[in-house]
Amino acid sequence: MKIAVCVKRVPDTTSKIVIAPGGKSIDETGLKFVPNPYDEFAVEEALALKEKAGAGETVVYSLGGPPTGETLRTALAMGIDRAVLLESGGSPDGLAVAQALAAELGMGGYDLILFGKLAVDDYNHQVGPMVAEILGMPCITSVAHLTIEAGTVTAEREIEGGVEVSTCALPAVLTCDKGLNNPRLPSLKGIMAAKKKPLETKPAALGEPALEVLDLQLPPERKPGRIVGEGADAVPALVELLRTEAKVL
Amino acid sequence: MASRILAVMEQRDGALRKVSHEVLAAARRLADAGGGTVDAVVMAAGSVEGADQLARFGADRVLTATHPDFRLYQPDGYAATVSAAADGASAVVIAATATGRDLAPRVAARLKVPCASDVTELVAENGAVIVTRPVYAGKALQRVRLTGTPAVVTVRPNTFAPSETNRPGDASAMEVPTFGPRVTVREIKAPAQAALDVAEAPVVVSGGRGLREPDNFRLLEELADAFGNAAVGASRAVVDAGWREHGAQVGQTGKTVSPGLYIAVGISGAIQHLAGMRTAGTIVAINKDKDAPIFRTADYGIVGDLFEIVPRLTEEVRKARTGH
Ligand SMILES: Cc1cc2nc3c(=O)[nH]c(=O)nc-3n(C[C@H](O)[C@H](O)[C@H](O)COP(=O)(O)OP(=O)(O)OC[C@H]3O[C@@H](n4cnc5c(N)ncnc54)[C@H](O)[C@@H]3O)c2cc1C
Ligand SMILES: Nc1ncnc2c1ncn2[C@@H]1O[C@H](COP(=O)(O)O)[C@@H](O)[C@H]1O
Repeated sequence: MKIAVCVKRVPDTTSKIVIAPGGKSIDETGLKFVPNPYDEFAVEEALALKEKAGAGETVVYSLGGPPTGETLRTALAMGIDRAVLLESGGSPDGLAVAQALAAELGMGGYDLILFGKLAVDDYNHQVGPMVAEILGMPCITSVAHLTIEAGTVTAEREIEGGVEVSTCALPAVLTCDKGLNNPRLPSLKGIMAAKKKPLETKPAALGEPALEVLDLQLPPERKPGRIVGEGADAVPALVELLRTEAKVL
Repeated sequence: MASRILAVMEQRDGALRKVSHEVLAAARRLADAGGGTVDAVVMAAGSVEGADQLARFGADRVLTATHPDFRLYQPDGYAATVSAAADGASAVVIAATATGRDLAPRVAARLKVPCASDVTELVAENGAVIVTRPVYAGKALQRVRLTGTPAVVTVRPNTFAPSETNRPGDASAMEVPTFGPRVTVREIKAPAQAALDVAEAPVVVSGGRGLREPDNFRLLEELADAFGNAAVGASRAVVDAGWREHGAQVGQTGKTVSPGLYIAVGISGAIQHLAGMRTAGTIVAINKDKDAPIFRTADYGIVGDLFEIVPRLTEEVRKARTGH
């Protein structure tokens, strides 16, 4: 089994967001960056599948600036065999990233290409299925349960009010959701080993930008709320407010 | 330039889903800005309940694409159909649902155009589509201009209110392009109680660790029942504990919801929870700790024991809604 995993470097989700001067991006000073949480499910799945198969290769790809090397090292420390950094500046749109990744992944001869279901910074939900379309591969998104037998993938994903069960043949693209597995933490041994694993850097062949960010703003503050009262006795007053003021009843 | 906007309808089991009317409302906005028209495309295996009513919700023309493989979602077939129907359109509007989020990027990649996901606001300006979308777990709002044509966007459920008008609707069948199905959806396993989904319900009542044990969620189910149109959500703490299904989780690693009314019961209001519900119309918090962070986001709060407050609220809501 030859498996590729795409990982994005994103700000830790607990960080406070500050808008950078210019008003189009965030101020990265002092921000802690982590591998996109959904991509950790993808890394774990790749490792588990290779372990189960008893043979194969796992490769991690990331597109970003030089600090993205750290993100790749984390994946290597978890157990991925080698890494490829596609160097690019700025924050290219989903299609541009997908084109650059597809150009690289298409030559790899992978049985499986794994993504996170979405990146928690841009919330795009796009890159995995876009890469699949560009490469003409089958794709199942937001996979929360997976079995692969005799070259056939059976995957479950959550939909509104149910679980959708899909099948496709390998090679395939899958995007990973929470519930798929429990990502391992890098061990001390893994962290040491990661330092010696190959990390190749090359320029990203980005597509033309097709989205122009006009501005980035903090969401409007919700108007300050109020405590209606204490205990069950406050319920009639609340219901009255829901009816007359909020008009939701 | 008279624009043509394509609105992608969603059906399940031969009935249109409510979110389709919201997609039409969003498409209508783009069309009306430029004196354009809206085509609604319906993909199904047979007739679809509600498809003949789409003119009322804003469609100038309804295109039905019927194919035996469209009994369930067919990613490759849908992508081929929508891409074909998008020919000559200036924008394609799709719901940001499980299906729509899967479909939109496929369509965009086929057409080699950008895609803006989960938009909460959209306008047409000088022929270009400009959207607003939450990023960084809702901690910032990004405004983007889509430069390719058509602009592919997915709209967040419960954000664009359906509007009814009288317009003469036209209907025609559209041919489904041939496609090689690479993926096959086999079945939909419904949960034990096929309830309203938190991502789409107009009212969401969510419970957290304050409920103490799984059986106590009965209290919230009763409250939801009193509303009649409510879904029961949960914090991650109780989902991780196995009290509720992951499908009910609200927040950064769960669902993003924008109901008209969100009631947080025994939930502290962690930033990752807020990420999933801060765009709700009205937020109510019930918590025994007056310093719980949820009160800073809530419009209305009651401090106290949920086990006393919730049953009373159920009673009062029922009274308010039914008059007895
Ligand atoms: C990467 C990451 C992703 C995450 N994603 C999510 C997510 O998607 N969704 C999510 O919800 N969380 C998420 N979390 C977890 C989040 O940080 C919190 O731990 C979680 O939301 C807490 O759940 P809770 O409010 O139910 O529990 P608690 O924080 O324990 O709060 C329980 C509340 O109940 C109140 N209470 C107790 N008894 C009563 C009573 N009798 N009457 C009234 N009130 C009572 C308490 O005062 C308290 O405020 C995530 C965390 C991380 C690190
Ligand atoms: N810059 C990037 N480098 C590598 N993988 C990426 C990058 N951006 C997105 N991805 C992958 O695509 C998935 C979906 O991202 P998005 O479409 O941006 O929400 C992520 O979970 C990653 O697996």
